[in-house]
Amino acid sequence: MIDTFAALAHGMAVAVQPMNLLYALIGVFLGTAVGVLPGIGPALTVALLLPVTYKLDPGGSLIMFAGIYYGGMYGGSTTAILINTPGESASMATALEGNKMAKAGRGGPALATSAIGSFVAGTIATLGLAFLAPWLVDFAVRFGPEDYFALMCVAFITVSATFGDSPVRGLTSLFIGLTLGLVGIDKLTGQARLAFGVPELLDGVEVTTLAVGLFAVGEALYVASRRHHTEEKLEPVRGSLWMTKEDWKRSWRPWLRGTMFGFPIGALPAGGAEIPTFLSYSTEKRLTKYPDEFGKGAIEGVAGPEAANNASAAGTLVPLLTLGLPTSATAAMMLAGFQQYGLNPGPLLFAERPDLVWGLIASLFIANCMLLVLNLPLVGLWVRLLAIPQPWLYAGILVFATMGTIAAKPSVVELSMLAGFGVLGFLMRRFDFPIAPLVVGLILGPIAESQLRRALAISLGDPMTLLQSPISATLLGVALIALLAPFVLKGLGRFKASED
Amino acid sequence: MFQFPARLVGAAVALSLAAASPTFAQQLELKLMAPAAPGGGWDQTARSMQQALVASGVARSVQVTNVPGAGGSVGIAQFVNGSKGDGHQLMVNGFVMVGALAMNKSPVTLDQVTPIARLTEEIQVIVVPANSPIKNAQDLAAAVKADIAKVTFAGGSAGGVDHMMAALFAGAVGADAKKINYIPFSGGGESLAAILGGKVTAGISGLSEYDGQIKSGKLRAIGVTSEKRIAGVDIPTFKEQGIDLVIANWRSVVAPPGITPEQKKTLSDAVEKMVKSDAWKEILKQKGWEDAYLGGDAFADFLKKETVRVTDVLKSVGLVKS
Repeated sequence: MIDTFAALAHGMAVAVQPMNLLYALIGVFLGTAVGVLPGIGPALTVALLLPVTYKLDPGGSLIMFAGIYYGGMYGGSTTAILINTPGESASMATALEGNKMAKAGRGGPALATSAIGSFVAGTIATLGLAFLAPWLVDFAVRFGPEDYFALMCVAFITVSATFGDSPVRGLTSLFIGLTLGLVGIDKLTGQARLAFGVPELLDGVEVTTLAVGLFAVGEALYVASRRHHTEEKLEPVRGSLWMTKEDWKRSWRPWLRGTMFGFPIGALPAGGAEIPTFLSYSTEKRLTKYPDEFGKGAIEGVAGPEAANNASAAGTLVPLLTLGLPTSATAAMMLAGFQQYGLNPGPLLFAERPDLVWGLIASLFIANCMLLVLNLPLVGLWVRLLAIPQPWLYAGILVFATMGTIAAKPSVVELSMLAGFGVLGFLMRRFDFPIAPLVVGLILGPIAESQLRRALAISLGDPMTLLQSPISATLLGVALIALLAPFVLKGLGRFKASED
Repeated sequence: MFQFPARLVGAAVALSLAAASPTFAQQLELKLMAPAAPGGGWDQTARSMQQALVASGVARSVQVTNVPGAGGSVGIAQFVNGSKGDGHQLMVNGFVMVGALAMNKSPVTLDQVTPIARLTEEIQVIVVPANSPIKNAQDLAAAVKADIAKVTFAGGSAGGVDHMMAALFAGAVGADAKKINYIPFSGGGESLAAILGGKVTAGISGLSEYDGQIKSGKLRAIGVTSEKRIAGVDIPTFKEQGIDLVIANWRSVVAPPGITPEQKKTLSDAVEKMVKSDAWKEILKQKGWEDAYLGGDAFADFLKKETVRVTDVLKSVGLVKS
């Protein structure tokens, strides 16, 4: 512990060198910019910058890359909240409540709680990275396919929180998502499924294309169709631009809970950022004192997922630094950045180049502070976007969504899918089907399927493997309780009622 | 609008590098396609080429584009149909694309492109957890022969180089390759976790990916797939352990179909000059890639032979129906 503090202090000394501070500033600025633009993610940015940074010193450029990574996470939530266009799949949960808040004139507090929540989560998770990394990585490595499958079971059961009022409509939406998840090459046998001979479909349906189509394009179509019925007036600011005392009171617990989901799951080699954000969303929905507000813009639903999102970004660095395992596209590019200087992240890196590792971790703290300073003043500027007249705003969103999709994957098929999902999103809104379960199905379905099949292949087809692993057995137990609890509680309630 | 800033940065990169090199800038302007997403092996090869071509003054500017999808099937289709006869375009490809095209029944094949040169190769390794009872390749061979279904191999995507290597290993020790229990993971990261966690018997990957764990003693390397021992690699080859298993994950560069012999010569010369530059050698050292330059007709022959070999292996494991 003392050693860690000494090392961190030493790292701080490296990170506050003026040049390194400058690199961190460039990094967070670029990161925020590319996070806001759909299509250009942090991974592509780092890829473009790799040749430029070739001649810089390793410490400085790695610090810049880390800044880009954290900045991208901040920026992605801005578009999700303001124009319902999640820049990446991790900010999808944020869009659910965040955009509702923005439409109700509470965009300011939504952006603020997401920025501060990201800061809090990023800071705690970076502390976790500094102190818990060696211990956490041992745990993460023990997570086998059967344990991932059990985690998916928990996730599947809790997504019912995103179903809205009608379970049948929610399940319909979920199953459309699961079906879309089947499209493409089957990971375990290499055979194509539901691709109809279209090569672009072999890699499956891109989550961001689906999300942008359903959320942004679908919404634009819906608003256009309703224009003559009711003139929905968007008020950019209603009440305070800043978070009220009440907002703070409702935000701090979700921030902490979100961090608790995001950091450990992000550290798992196949964890990712989507699962913790959705787990956090459904937890907040269950725990809230204001259940009526969910679906209409509840601040807890922004604070929690945003914190989970940023905490998982720090979690991703645990396997990268300790094992050399890149678990996201950006992490893979950072690994390439390490290799550019002949450094191999992994068990030896902490021993061989402590100045670099601890300088990087220390600069993550600095990048986090910079992002907060950079983002809070921007809140006032961003919410003015909403003052743009509706037809212009939605036309702009359509352009934005289309360009982003083309930039990410330049193909006619991809664009047709965007349009198709836009129509689907419109129909679902028109007939009152919830959209989130569809996206959740697309993300979780393929993971659950391949992990289950991997587990069964390893156990030679014996399903008991799911219960023999202690982690898996515990998680399945949690899933069972989550499934039965509402019924039991309802039953008890009835019992009590009949006693009276 | 969004691609524009990306291009701008790319152009700025090229410009700054061109300015940094004191050589006379030539007029060669190239477009280089990486048929994969940023971050993977092909993308890194393309960006390294960009760096070396410009730094050594062979080309004035090189623009890298990413066309991801289906092991390169989407990229090659676009390349063959969209760049026909264009002498300023190149595409990076490799061993994995040969298998992907066969498995996806791609209408476009590598026969249609103009081969330029093989650039690099990475040798492959089989590892076991440090506490495994398997000590060397013969132990693993014995286990495979005893009950092939119980030996689980973890590696990259189905039909990729790792999968084929598992099949070739089984075939080389006289077991039925069709029965191998191969568990594909997405990317080296996830499979590494499964091996370290003792969930599988053995893991297969490129050597550089597991190097850190092997050196730190968490994984035991039981054999590498090079023909002879490579300097600086203290791991016995399969050949010296009496198992005929030689395979390498090579990467190469090709030009569009329908280009003139002059255009082909210009591109081949440019690539040859790049391979000999100090900038390229420096990159190879950093990335741990072996120089495997093979140009001209020799490469065209090699490409044909590998295509036949890969298709045979894929048939033997039932991934391609004969």
